[in-house]
Amino acid sequence: MCLAVPARIVQLEGDSAVVDAMGNRWNIRTTLVPEARIGDLVLIHAGFAISTIDEEEAKKTWQLIAELDEFQDEQKKHC
Amino acid sequence: MLQRIWKAHNLMDLACKDLPCSLNIMEVCGTHTVSIFRNGIRPTLPANLRLLSGPGCPVCVTDQGYIENVLTLAGRDDIIIATYGDMIRVPSKNGSLEKRADNQNVKIVLSSMEALDIAKQNPSKTVVFVAVGFETTTPATAIAVRYAAAENIKNFCILSAHKTVVPAMEALLSSEKAKIDAFICPGHVSVIIGSDAYNPIVTKYKKPCVVAGFEPMQIIEGIAQICSQVAAHAPKVESMYHAVVTPQGNVKAKAIIDEMFEPADGVWRGIGVIKNSALVLRDKFSEFDAAKRFGLSDGHPEDMPGCHCGEVLCGLIDPPQCKLFATTCNPDNPIGPCMVSSEGACSAWFKYGRRKKRENKQ
Ligand code: SF4
Repeated sequence: MCLAVPARIVQLEGDSAVVDAMGNRWNIRTTLVPEARIGDLVLIHAGFAISTIDEEEAKKTWQLIAELDEFQDEQKKHC
Repeated sequence: MLQRIWKAHNLMDLACKDLPCSLNIMEVCGTHTVSIFRNGIRPTLPANLRLLSGPGCPVCVTDQGYIENVLTLAGRDDIIIATYGDMIRVPSKNGSLEKRADNQNVKIVLSSMEALDIAKQNPSKTVVFVAVGFETTTPATAIAVRYAAAENIKNFCILSAHKTVVPAMEALLSSEKAKIDAFICPGHVSVIIGSDAYNPIVTKYKKPCVVAGFEPMQIIEGIAQICSQVAAHAPKVESMYHAVVTPQGNVKAKAIIDEMFEPADGVWRGIGVIKNSALVLRDKFSEFDAAKRFGLSDGHPEDMPGCHCGEVLCGLIDPPQCKLFATTCNPDNPIGPCMVSSEGACSAWFKYGRRKKRENKQ
């Protein structure tokens, strides 16, 4: 449960932000990464941005998360 | 890419060739465990290089006493339990939260702030947030409590099982139960604590500590880096995850943890009490501490009968050595938390074992 997910900040007001990752949008807080701006990619964990991240690294992490989801689905199938 | 894989394997082979015994590397983090299995890394390693899964899944290391306390609170009409989904299926002798989910008083949340919102929407009930997790997760809890204090939300409190990773690594080394030669350190915990946090392990115990991200190439190169440190007798802290991990970590997040929490002795499943490994709310915020509000004690109830999660978490046994593994215990009917959590070692081994069988049949 320590996995953080990359997403792009699409709205920002104070420390309340809306982020987008592969078309999914949700609300987060940027309290821990106050320098983050609209358009920045951030790593998100438990509703908070915990660091900024670059495009290439974000792509790798999205790919990995897709694979882990697939891993878990596969696991359910084989139970 | 192929060239990088070759290079990494050459480094591993070189380091392992002349070793009199096996080289045991512990991957502390559950997400590493899953990625290692998912990407088939284990079978490609030199025969005398062993990977041990460590105590890095927060759900798995949460002791049974805490689970029983949550279940006791869940049984009260005046309480709403707000929890991350991972905790919902952890079994105890008195069932699990999932079995009570239809009671309307157990809510799954994705963030501590959602738990706070539930408290605002339900003024006649007390919301207890099941605060589990390592340093990646703790800042979120700290901020929620800070808001609760600032906005005077009195029907919100947290039951802290927050833990810190480095004291557990030190406890494993000093107990000498398992032979651990080096650590692959967790990626997203390190985003917060910074790679410098592992310096004491290198200084005191002379064990290599390499921070890696979760993609397979980083893990393989991390292992190779450990191997070259071992071969050169030069243990140090290294990070393969420069994109998000800095030596000092997220200073703001560390400051918020420190503002709200103080270290305390913590109970870990399988390891027992580790000094200064838990985080409890500072006295100033004790009204938000569910343990104090409801007079809960730690307690040390026994683990589930026959379950060897404790030994698995210390790297003493691999899951298949547990008699219940893949017989009575499976992801559909988990006996222990290491099978419940998708990041648990037993759950990862379960999938790996089945895949291996399929390959053998072909
Ligand atoms: S296989 Fe099941 S019972 Fe055995 S250690 Fe793992 S979780 Fe516990």
